[in-house]
Amino acid sequence: MIRLSDLTKRYGKFTAVDGISLHVPRGELFGLLGPNGAGKTTTMRMIAGILRPTAGSISLAGIDLLARPLAAKARIGFIPDRPFVYDKLTGGEFLRFAAALYGQQGPAVEKRIDELLELFELAPWKGELTEAYSHGMRQKLIICGAFVHRPELIVVDEPMVGLDPKSARLLKDLFRQFVDRGGTVLMSTHTLEVAEVMCDRIAIVHRGTVAAQGTLEELRRQTDSGHGSLEDMFLKLTGGLREHQLDSVFEG
Amino acid sequence: MAATASAQPGLWALLTPKWRGALARLRQERSGSRPKLLLLALVGGTFWTGIFGIAYRVLRYIQRVADIGDLLAGKMLGIILLAFLTILLLSNVITALSTFFLAKDLDLLVGAPVASTRIYLAKLGETIVHSSWMVALLALPILSAYGIVYSGGPLFPVIAAAAFVPFLVLPAVAGTIVTLLLVNIFPARRTRELLGLIALGALAVVVILLRIIQPEQLARPEGFRNFVDYLAVLRTPTSPLLPNEWATAMIMNWLLRIADPRPVLLLWGSAAAAVVLGALAHRALFEPGYSKAQEGAERKVRRPLRGPLGVALRSLPPDKREFMLKDLRLFFRDNTQWSQLILLGVLLVIYIFNIKSLPIHSGERIPFSLVTIISFLNLGLAGFVLAAVAARFIFPGISLEGRQMWLLRSSPLDPRAMLWSKYWMGTAPLLLLALAITILTNSLLRVSPFMMTIAVGTITLYTLAASSLALTFGIYYPQFGSENAAQIPTSFGGVVYMMASLSLLALVIMLEAVPVAAHLRAAQRGHGTTLTPDLLLALAGVALLLVLSTIVPLRLGASRLERMEISSGKVEPE
Repeated sequence: MIRLSDLTKRYGKFTAVDGISLHVPRGELFGLLGPNGAGKTTTMRMIAGILRPTAGSISLAGIDLLARPLAAKARIGFIPDRPFVYDKLTGGEFLRFAAALYGQQGPAVEKRIDELLELFELAPWKGELTEAYSHGMRQKLIICGAFVHRPELIVVDEPMVGLDPKSARLLKDLFRQFVDRGGTVLMSTHTLEVAEVMCDRIAIVHRGTVAAQGTLEELRRQTDSGHGSLEDMFLKLTGGLREHQLDSVFEG
Repeated sequence: MAATASAQPGLWALLTPKWRGALARLRQERSGSRPKLLLLALVGGTFWTGIFGIAYRVLRYIQRVADIGDLLAGKMLGIILLAFLTILLLSNVITALSTFFLAKDLDLLVGAPVASTRIYLAKLGETIVHSSWMVALLALPILSAYGIVYSGGPLFPVIAAAAFVPFLVLPAVAGTIVTLLLVNIFPARRTRELLGLIALGALAVVVILLRIIQPEQLARPEGFRNFVDYLAVLRTPTSPLLPNEWATAMIMNWLLRIADPRPVLLLWGSAAAAVVLGALAHRALFEPGYSKAQEGAERKVRRPLRGPLGVALRSLPPDKREFMLKDLRLFFRDNTQWSQLILLGVLLVIYIFNIKSLPIHSGERIPFSLVTIISFLNLGLAGFVLAAVAARFIFPGISLEGRQMWLLRSSPLDPRAMLWSKYWMGTAPLLLLALAITILTNSLLRVSPFMMTIAVGTITLYTLAASSLALTFGIYYPQFGSENAAQIPTSFGGVVYMMASLSLLALVIMLEAVPVAAHLRAAQRGHGTTLTPDLLLALAGVALLLVLSTIVPLRLGASRLERMEISSGKVEPE
């Protein structure tokens, strides 16, 4: 479903993503882990078609994103890390607009908007301007927006930020059901517990490259971690905290 | 453990993120493409040279007028500075609302143990720079012309700067105090919405004042009962209590070698007193105002806006239709946007009233050539109004997508469809306005059918080109991070757009005026009304220039929009 080949992004002399190659088959929930600044968000934004790669290729459902961007984008629902929406549109209008961007309209879309808003407990807010929504409500609204046009693939950057425990649980169930019905999810996060519970396979990104990838078992083998947790593997690959650094914060 | 409460950061330290950010942006611009920089230098250079040339010629002419030349030059500077003062007052209120109450760095500053006076001075400095740079740039060629014509000497730049700095500080302080009061009465979000109406009221008052003062009568001394009356008007300051008169007096005193310290004392004394007053007002009113500014989000929709418009746009594909409906909703639900329409309406009524009150057809027969000159001036003025309206409504189009660009760029919406929607959403009403102004004013001027056809054709093509330029400059210089829509047209890109569209207008009028006037004179003398090759060539040239000025920018804009990269609400350099 997603195939990245030698994906690279440079900003001047700084290389944010350095030759990442990945394959995510249909029906899989794939997690992209990494410390802050590892290049996860840049990778997600390239897959969503918002940033152009400096080199390499992206194929979505067999369609080359760079050669046929509109056809490839029609398959995706993108959920960014920060929920920016139009302040002066109501929740209902925002979702109608999001569906129209994918060429969808009519009673089927209206029904789906109502279902999604009901699911995320936003139905009472459907007719209110989003400027009155809280951060979490906006986050839920853009999740509804990503699902409104029935995508084949969800690309989601830090999905749990700003969600209350109930909504976070709902989102986990939603992603799992979506994947069980043949959908694909590519999720970036640095919440290791979320990745450990939800993801079928994981790639750990460090300094713009893939340090390791596979199932939890495969990662343990690759990192010689025995029965260690994902956190242990993560710290082993990305460099752990040094005690003298902690000391220096509180002393002198 | 805690830092001592008395240790305060320096003012410069508080401003560091701002000037460092500005330097970084400048470096980014400089490392941009060479043709872009070249175009910028060309447009800016042409505009500045033009302003300097006009000011220089007018001053040279005025200087030669016996006895009253110097008085007239001083009066002209006073009126120019009065216009600047009005612009500065409005722009400072709008800017102060952003810098003092809506800026992103405020949480950090207010949360830190920084003294109120320091925050005030830092934010006042920021407000002055943001709201005054355009006026300062415009004043530079005008003041240079004064310095050269009146041989101001090597120290003149220092004197001019010494007069101009307090002249900029005073309206900035006034703007911050007005904003402080407003925010304490209404929450900041509502104040921002009220600003449109405040701007409307203030501008309407200024325009009406100008109509009462009638500066054009200064150019017609024969309108006065006697010369003494005329001299009296020239000698009296237009507004002795306003800083524009003090700044004028300080500059003119230097140029005319008059030793009088009063204007210097008035300017600097009142500027210093104003800053102290502003700091005191800030200490008393900022905290409650800032707290209120966090409140006040609107919840209910006043107009759902479907129905007739939805039906009218029904023939369009869903993405284009919903995109246009979305833009209409955002426009009419944001009071800072639609309230500008009222302002526009008032200005138009005054414009048409002024054309109507021109003494052309009131009494004796006036020369035919004068009507032709006036109709070309009218074309220029209408073009200027349209360019300014496009700057206000079309230029911000892409910037207003701002942080929501992620949605548009990750969807299969064709960037060209977005450009198409933005272009026609702005151009269709602008074209209606252009035709209404041109037909109405030319009918009032009773121009010939030939002149009417030329004016309508030119203004139609110019509107298409001005819209295209506005949209494209808006794409090349987007302000995605802007916290206030009213500030977008006065950004650097907005000013460059205005310079470009006004240069285009001047070129069109220059190409058209001479052959058309010659043709009209020949036709009036009964030398036949056939179209000469010269005339046809000029008209074809104008048409070609305007068509190219429409198509080329739109293509550049579409290509730039396709390549535009958005990273968390900010445009990435290419």
